Amino acid sequence: MDMLANLGLGFSTILNIVPVELPGIGAVPLPMNIILCFIGCLVGTLIGVLPGVGPIATITMLLPITFQLGNPTGALVMLAGIYYGAQYGGSTTAILVNIPGEATSVVTTLDGHEMAKQGRAGVALGISAIGSFFAGCVATVVIAALAAPLTGVALLFGPAEYFALMVMGLIFAVVLARGSVAKAVTMILVGLLLSTIGTDLETGQERLTFGFAPLSDGVDFAVLAMGVFGFAEVLRNLEVSENRDVVNKPIGRLLPSLDDLKASVAPVLRGTALGASLGILPGNGAVLGPFASYTLEKKIAKDPRRFGRGAIEGVAGPESANNAGAQTSFIPLLTLGIPPNAVMALMVGAMTIQGIIPGPQVMTRNPDLFWGMIASMWIGNLMLLIINLPLIGLWVRLLKVPYRLMFPAILVFSCIGIYSVNNSPADVVFTAVFALFGYSLIKLGFEPAPMLLGFVLGKLMEENLRRALIISRGDMVTFLEKPISATLLAIAAVMLCLALLPSVRKSRDEVFTE
Amino acid sequence: MKSYMMAVAALALAVGGAQAQSNYPERPITMIVPFAAGGPTDVVARIVGEHMSRTLGQQIVVENVAGAGGTTGITRAAQANADGYTIMMGHMGTHGAAPALYPNLKYDPAKDFAPIGLAAGTPILIVAKNGIPAKTLKEFNDYAKANADKLNEAHAGVGSVSHTTCTLFNSQLGIKPNRVAYRGTGPALNDLVAGQVDYACDQIVNLVPQIKAGTIKAFAVATPQRNPALPDVPTTIEAGMPDYQVSAWNAIFAPKGTPEAIVTKLTGALSKALDDEGTRKRLLDLGADIPDANGRTPKALQQLVESEVGRWTPVLKAAGITAN
Repeated sequence: MDMLANLGLGFSTILNIVPVELPGIGAVPLPMNIILCFIGCLVGTLIGVLPGVGPIATITMLLPITFQLGNPTGALVMLAGIYYGAQYGGSTTAILVNIPGEATSVVTTLDGHEMAKQGRAGVALGISAIGSFFAGCVATVVIAALAAPLTGVALLFGPAEYFALMVMGLIFAVVLARGSVAKAVTMILVGLLLSTIGTDLETGQERLTFGFAPLSDGVDFAVLAMGVFGFAEVLRNLEVSENRDVVNKPIGRLLPSLDDLKASVAPVLRGTALGASLGILPGNGAVLGPFASYTLEKKIAKDPRRFGRGAIEGVAGPESANNAGAQTSFIPLLTLGIPPNAVMALMVGAMTIQGIIPGPQVMTRNPDLFWGMIASMWIGNLMLLIINLPLIGLWVRLLKVPYRLMFPAILVFSCIGIYSVNNSPADVVFTAVFALFGYSLIKLGFEPAPMLLGFVLGKLMEENLRRALIISRGDMVTFLEKPISATLLAIAAVMLCLALLPSVRKSRDEVFTE
Repeated sequence: MKSYMMAVAALALAVGGAQAQSNYPERPITMIVPFAAGGPTDVVARIVGEHMSRTLGQQIVVENVAGAGGTTGITRAAQANADGYTIMMGHMGTHGAAPALYPNLKYDPAKDFAPIGLAAGTPILIVAKNGIPAKTLKEFNDYAKANADKLNEAHAGVGSVSHTTCTLFNSQLGIKPNRVAYRGTGPALNDLVAGQVDYACDQIVNLVPQIKAGTIKAFAVATPQRNPALPDVPTTIEAGMPDYQVSAWNAIFAPKGTPEAIVTKLTGALSKALDDEGTRKRLLDLGADIPDANGRTPKALQQLVESEVGRWTPVLKAAGITAN
């Protein structure tokens, strides 16, 4: 029953009422942490909705403000709120305008945007909010109950295991494709190739940069995603002058019907489990969650043909996985003091600035901070649901804005967002180049989603492959000696065989070709 | 935002050069940090910058321009207007190791800057996984020599502090481990704690919590005195490796040609920040060294830069390491 006592401490930290000096009014007792949590969630939702402006840029911009707070728990609660708030908001742009704000919302564009085109934008937004809320609640309980024992999981995944996981992830990518398998594989390979641009980690040599300095750190994910998805989508929409399919359809119902909810229950549960497990892994394992969930739903669906054409399961599962992963990725940070991804690295910085050095002792030395953050996650998820459900009507109405007004706004906000990632003008130009590339892809019938997955996984896969081989002195057997990596590779091999077996492939082509 | 500020800067310069100096600063100052937000250099910049803002009466806005081991941000800052409204937080890598690592470097650390002053040094620590039997640096030396063919060192990427400082460490010990690159300190530390790799050299701030929790062990700290954050860890002098003295220092620079009056003002604000009790405590909690009054002058910083470039260039060249 330690957990209950701990959660009690957490909630009392969050609900703590402190007198705040307000100019002109004097000291007013306010629940500061709750207010900061709300601000974080609201800001997170807004930046998630703004294409391009990701949580990393926002947290960076807000770091100086947390300095003035002088209250580490409040500051971290707010920053955490921004992070998972952005996961909520990110799906909004994915569904409405087909722009994935982050790697984790790429899959949401597949069926979410299709649903919007069919006039079911409200339902898609609703199910993603509800699924995310459920996943967030479960993940919070997981963190509270299992954070300490799960710590070991992050340490079980060394380079060999991670490489095997990435191989499995790439096999998923084939399943993601709507069109021909050959085209999907081509796109994955293009993604892998793009991921090799930049300075090589092991040798420090530049690859594929052609001596062009802005390329020396590689292509940023936001640049690529915004170009091939967002900008290319704008170009395509401009072909059909003012006749965007979305506008012609009636708005439809705003909230999911009972049938929608019934269809989503199982995907939400499975997505939550997948996302929560992958989120614990180091090196941004959370990225795989939504992809894995989508693949799973498509594999076990009675009629996989519906996927890519507005299947609600294809939104419910990945969205839950996304949010669950965002939440459980706090585990390595809170229990080990080791940040699993770039956002968590920023949280480390925020903690350090506040005088708390993250490490294995945070749980015992700053229990109010540790449990306060966990309690705030649950409260934050509730707030997000309350913020997001009423906003659905507003977002859907945005689709009624004439496209000639809408697309300049999308482009301007995207450019600001892209610039803010690295404060680099070159990134904006790259985005435009990728937009032309993405537009050609659409015209030639290639799917950009597998390419993005290849891009995201490529870097991790290559680096871990080389790391594993350096550690094993070039001995390939290392991947089979380790039980976890051997198991993952076996699963990948089985999936690949299923895809290649002629008899299966016949039915596959029926399934995947339009 | 930046182009707006640059436009304003250009205007201000055109309207009244000399007069602007005496009223400096009249608007917020941009401090370019050439690394991602949240890292050790960024944290030092924000802690020091916050107090300097109070002294100067204008906000110091930190702008993170990461890339190419910090040289992207420093290159940009070096080319900014020399009016005191763009300054930068350089460090051991950007103003010491970079000339050896980046043959096409567009700035000369010793010639293209107006040094403001040293902000803080974070000592380098030699750490190893718990699975290694050695308990002292001497024992580690023996272990490393006996197991030369299977020794793995983790570092945070070519050109990073952990990479350059460990290059020196390896060459002084005369060992040639397999060097495993990670994308940043976090993942490297993860695999060190998990025992996938054997040892690493890194800034003390990243390691203190793990050492206190007993997940990894420390052999020595590369400073003349023991560090208050880890009083049980011997210095490299005590451990028998007196020549290994390394600190990842962070220092503020302005572009070359910044008026002397402005430099003096900034140096004064920095020194005042380093005397402030709250700022000191925050830096000491990180395990950082705070320079004494003599170490904070522009002259001392200029000497440090020159000696660091002179020290790293032969070490890195001998190891055959370049970053492009």
